[in-house]
Amino acid sequence: MMASSYNAKEEDGHPSGASGHGGPGVVKSKKPDNTAFKQQRLPAWQPILTAGTVLPAFFVIGLIFIPIGIGLFVTSNNIKEFEIDYTGVDMDSPCYTCAKNSSWNNTTPCTCSVDFTLEQPFESNVFMYYGLSNFYQNHRRYVKSRDDSQLNGGRSALMEPSKECEPYRKTDGVPIAPCGAIANSLFNDTLELFHIDSNGSRNAIPLVKKGIAWWTDKHVKFRNPGGNNNLTLAFQGTAKPVNWRKPVYELDPSDPENNGFINEDFIVWMRTAALPTFRKLYRIIQKKSSTTPTLPSGKYTLDITYNYPVLSFDGRKRMILSTISWMGGKNPFLGIAYITVGSICFFLGVVLLIIHYKYDTRNNSADIPN
Amino acid sequence: PNQLTLSQLGGDERRVDSRTIYVGHRSCPANEAFIPPKFCDNRIVSSKYTVWNFLPKNLFEQFRRIANFYFLIIFLVQVIVDTPTSPVTSGLPLFFVITVTAIKQGYEDWLRHKADNEVNKYPVTVLEDGRRIRKESEKIKVGDVVEVEENETFPCDLILLQSSRDDDTCFVTTASLDGESNHKTHYTVPDTEKDLESLNATIECEQPQPDLYKFVGRMHIYKNNQEPAVRSLGPENLLLKGATLKNTQKICGVAVYTGMETKMALNYQGKSQKRSAVEKSINAFLLVYLCILVSKALVCTTLKYVWQSKPGQDEPWYNEKTQREKDTNLYLKMFTDFLSFMVLFNFIIPVSMYVTVEMQKFLGSFFITWDKDFFDPEIKEGALVNTSDLNEELGQVEYIFTDKTGTLTQNNMEFIECCIDGFQYKYRDASSELDGFCVTDGPVNKLQQKAGREREELFLRALCLCHTVQVKEPTEGFIASSPDEVALVKGAMRYGFTFLGLERKTMKILNRNNDVEMYELLHVLNFDPVRRRMSVIVRAISGDTLLFCKGADSSIFPRVRQEEVERIRMHVERNATEGYRTLCVAYKYLSAEEYAQADAGLREARLALQDREQKLMAVYNQVETGMSLIGATAVEDRLQEEAAETMEALQGAGMKVWVLTGDKMETAKSTCYACRLFQRNTELLELTVRTLEDGGRKREERLHELLLEYHKKAVQDAPPVKAAVTRSWSLTNQDYGFIIDGATLSMVLNESNESNSSRYKNLFLQICQNCTAVLCCRMAPLQKAQIVKMVKNSKGCPITLSIGDGANDVSMILEAHVGIGIKGKEGRQAVRNSDYAIPKLKHLKKLLLAHGHLYYVRIAHLVQYFFYKNLCFILPQFLYQFFCGYSQQPLYDAAYLTMYNICFTSMPILAYSLLEQHICMEVLLDNATLYREIAKNAMLRWGPFLYWTLLGVFHGLLFFFGVRYLFSNPALQDNGQVFGNWSYGTIVFTVLVFTVTLKLALDTRHWTWINHFVIWGSLAFYVFFSFFWGGIIWPFLRQQRLYFVFANMLSSVSAWLVIILLILLSLLPEILLVVFRKPRGPHARQKLSQSSAGGLQSPRSSARPLLMRTFSDESNTVI
Repeated sequence: MMASSYNAKEEDGHPSGASGHGGPGVVKSKKPDNTAFKQQRLPAWQPILTAGTVLPAFFVIGLIFIPIGIGLFVTSNNIKEFEIDYTGVDMDSPCYTCAKNSSWNNTTPCTCSVDFTLEQPFESNVFMYYGLSNFYQNHRRYVKSRDDSQLNGGRSALMEPSKECEPYRKTDGVPIAPCGAIANSLFNDTLELFHIDSNGSRNAIPLVKKGIAWWTDKHVKFRNPGGNNNLTLAFQGTAKPVNWRKPVYELDPSDPENNGFINEDFIVWMRTAALPTFRKLYRIIQKKSSTTPTLPSGKYTLDITYNYPVLSFDGRKRMILSTISWMGGKNPFLGIAYITVGSICFFLGVVLLIIHYKYDTRNNSADIPN
Repeated sequence: PNQLTLSQLGGDERRVDSRTIYVGHRSCPANEAFIPPKFCDNRIVSSKYTVWNFLPKNLFEQFRRIANFYFLIIFLVQVIVDTPTSPVTSGLPLFFVITVTAIKQGYEDWLRHKADNEVNKYPVTVLEDGRRIRKESEKIKVGDVVEVEENETFPCDLILLQSSRDDDTCFVTTASLDGESNHKTHYTVPDTEKDLESLNATIECEQPQPDLYKFVGRMHIYKNNQEPAVRSLGPENLLLKGATLKNTQKICGVAVYTGMETKMALNYQGKSQKRSAVEKSINAFLLVYLCILVSKALVCTTLKYVWQSKPGQDEPWYNEKTQREKDTNLYLKMFTDFLSFMVLFNFIIPVSMYVTVEMQKFLGSFFITWDKDFFDPEIKEGALVNTSDLNEELGQVEYIFTDKTGTLTQNNMEFIECCIDGFQYKYRDASSELDGFCVTDGPVNKLQQKAGREREELFLRALCLCHTVQVKEPTEGFIASSPDEVALVKGAMRYGFTFLGLERKTMKILNRNNDVEMYELLHVLNFDPVRRRMSVIVRAISGDTLLFCKGADSSIFPRVRQEEVERIRMHVERNATEGYRTLCVAYKYLSAEEYAQADAGLREARLALQDREQKLMAVYNQVETGMSLIGATAVEDRLQEEAAETMEALQGAGMKVWVLTGDKMETAKSTCYACRLFQRNTELLELTVRTLEDGGRKREERLHELLLEYHKKAVQDAPPVKAAVTRSWSLTNQDYGFIIDGATLSMVLNESNESNSSRYKNLFLQICQNCTAVLCCRMAPLQKAQIVKMVKNSKGCPITLSIGDGANDVSMILEAHVGIGIKGKEGRQAVRNSDYAIPKLKHLKKLLLAHGHLYYVRIAHLVQYFFYKNLCFILPQFLYQFFCGYSQQPLYDAAYLTMYNICFTSMPILAYSLLEQHICMEVLLDNATLYREIAKNAMLRWGPFLYWTLLGVFHGLLFFFGVRYLFSNPALQDNGQVFGNWSYGTIVFTVLVFTVTLKLALDTRHWTWINHFVIWGSLAFYVFFSFFWGGIIWPFLRQQRLYFVFANMLSSVSAWLVIILLILLSLLPEILLVVFRKPRGPHARQKLSQSSAGGLQSPRSSARPLLMRTFSDESNTVI
């Protein structure tokens, strides 16, 4: 491909420098430059992996990974996690009626309460998650059904949402804000947590809804059109998503910093999950004082305003209470993996050492003399 | 040794078709109806495109490549069907590749246009009706009379009519045609009128044919109402386009062939494209990957519809379909889903691989031209790369076909001795004879006896007269087409007879007594390789007509009186076994009648328009009979520098060397011994005319018998192939050498009996393949090509390499997988037709053992690595489909999909494939056996391919499931916040980029600063790019998918830990494998490195003792 087969100019005895041949120096009869690069003699480091070089590496890896793994494992085990499924599939579960009757057309909210007991106190900050199963937030049709420029406060996108939002783009010719399937299916169960005293009284546990979304999402990626003042006006001419009960500017009327597109629950929902079984941060329970645990052991009641139907696609809903460590939530995988890999390395190191000393007494220099 | 043999046996010169040309477009009396015949104009068109057809034609040509077409289809699918990735991801790389290629081809074509124009617009002088008219070269028509001045090139093929020299000759050089820089003499058509204006003639000649050295024609000259005179035209009357006029003020000639019909243009068409074995491997792998791709898409499509059939999955309330989707037909939807999956996974076959492979080949070939070891101070030139497509083929050569003269030997002839009437005359350069030729009492050294003085002088006169040597005017040098002749003339000079030159058909000789003798040159009976002899007929002052003939012994002996033969034969054979080239000299007196008869016969044959060659041959054979033998000469052809070492290294590298030569068996055999192709313990299996005639039976029977016998010896009794690989190094096994000559070969190949023919061929091949060296002597050029072709197409399709320096090697150079030209003394034809050209034979060793080896390892690794890295790139994306409802959701962001092959992982492998030296060059050169490790496409066989594929699968699985288990709890940050799908993809992608790059780093054995820069640079670039890409809300993007995803990922300790873990875990088996493979590999390598450390003192340490032993007593022809 690189060499042309016929070049009239050259054949007529006027050698030309610009022929299509594969290399230079075709015409120049000069001696090739004696540079290290052209002679392929660039100084080079020529490592050779031998048992001698790899051996220490294996031991080092083993010695580093096993402690890390143990640390991870212990950390993960120390994380307290409580999970409760409140879908209401079974006849005897408290939310059975709600689950059966829930649909988008319900005007009167259905509520149910789930009682549970925490065996152990939760000492540090507790994070409250809701979990969904068999919910394909990562379906392609779903993932792309959003308009980020609308969510970023773009006025034109607000009135003329992207085509990707179909079929949740317009309703009766009025643009939907926020448009798209993701926004339309916003998780709208309300969860409230009560501690049951020894005397049987319900104490509402304060749930903080700030700090559950990525900082950059909340402050840069999501913005209300026309700033945060008077959202009603800003969203004039748009319709609420069809499945919503209230428009976007009433998501959290109490706090203008948490209303409209910058509502954190909304932002969290808009970050689509990687797998069909997922959890999303719902609320944070702050530690009050250093002396009392955030959630002491005992009886609790979870009050649910049951709005979100999942049974139609055989889904499940959970509420998860979890403490968090430096490595995130509870996940024994990393610890086990590190311990396993560390042990394998260590074991291989030993095997190599035996091989090395039994069969190989040569010098184990790493480099070929250049 | 001679150039006149390009298509000697072609046999297609018997064209019935001829063309008639009217000189000066004047109608002739003989031909009433003057119809100006139509010929093509004198325009050379080498360009492929015009401005108008460039775009469509170029695009069409590019998309004819299967890969480009595939990418185009993918792109179109992306545009038409709703696919997961935007058309940009595959359109951009494709557009880039197409544009770059188009620009390159356009530029090359523009250069061709420019060159064409320069040639076509060149002003020439045409004589029209007595006026001189300046014209552009392209306007010349057949029949025009063109005037050319000194140092101008001929604008088309001309018949020489008139020359400004008074001996009716002109000199030309054909340096730009075949590289021969010597001046050639061309003759005007005899007896044409001086006044061209009144010349009334027609030329009848054959239709254009590409052979530069063949031309037959006839000229009819009409004079006022006389019977038209007929003159024969031959190549000596034809001036070729492209040749240059020298030493002649100006000439006039009539155009016979113009434009694309000139011999030059015909010669440069149809050089076929050679494809390398690596390319075939790539295509095979590609097919496998295509199957993987299609099956992946099929699996996903099937599972998608299985999954969707479950209630509630296809369209849950939260994820409704659009109206259009609902309306689409189910089967159409299935089909588009299939296409979408294809598009999603299409990155498994990357456009960039083709670009990288092309770049690697193109840039890599520069290292050959740059290599200063290939620079030859004598000709002041280095190696030349004519094609970069075959670099890696240099590392795969199994058979080497080499020419002898000029390739193994220097083609630098030196007169060694002669024998006159059976007495040996050996020239000794005694101190008293500083200038060898003017010593009157003669440097002829008597050994025991001396032939009669008269015989001596006759012999020396014969040497002085019987040749086609020219005396170069300014300096006292000789020019001849064959160096043998110069050596002979110089030899005669030493003995006191000096050839002074040829003037007006008179040869002048300065004899021992310093008298000038004059001989009229009557006829030259040219040399040709079939007759293997040449003769001259001269008339001495005394009036005697003499015929001197010199030629190979086999062609002379039957034509002389038998009683003379025996005395000479002994000398000839002894000389031949010593490796000298021998020629016998004979003469005869021609009586007046004899001469008259011969003269008439020759003239008649020369005028023949058809079958001229055969007719001439018949006359020649008739004349050259009944001669008497005077003596024989021995000329030494020195071996090329380091010829023996080179050959031995190549044999050590497992290559089989076949010598294909036109030379006689004894000479060739001794050269083989001298080159150590045959060793002392080599048993020679001979299959020549001589052995066939031994038994006194019919040749065919004997042939059959011998073939079977040799086959039994060399094939059946030989140890199995496995052990035979190391044969030449272990002396316990018997080495075989095979010798065959041209006549026997044609018996083997052209057996009339069909079934026998293929059987003989098979037997012959099997014998040859079991011999360490094969010598084929007395080969015609086409037979050389035949042999190459036979081996090339034999079982296993071995890679063949042909090396030669002369025009007679062109056919085999073109035939073999790799053709190497030597920039030797026999012109540039071989170099022009070769794929690589080197100045000397000794350079072949480095070209193959070092460059070839490295190129092969580099490109093989490049190919495997490319497939591997795209497999583990796409596999996680495939696995992700199982978790996202088979919805074609891409795992990675579009930017990552596009950039992965273009930016993040392309540069390290390119640098590797240009710079890697897994074993350094000195070691490769010192240990030829290393070449065997990569023989038979070792790194691109299915075994290694499977290994790389499994590695890719392993890595892909590891990446995906490692992160999958991490994401079983997506709360990965210490503030409890969760990661989404884009974080998932980014973590996988980060692991992928690092692993793939570090895998290459592990494989790199030769870390130059460029490797460091590129490897660490790409990783740094990836990190930088990810920050940058995620750091800004890009206004042109519809979705800000990666906004701060990368930064957030880095803020998670778990993500860091999993990335480190996965990278390490994927590289662990690799490291282990390297270590466990160690007992064989690095062990040897370390030993090698030690030997190379001391190698400066004794560069050929391992081969030395063997060399010394084998040759000390075999022959004294070594230098």
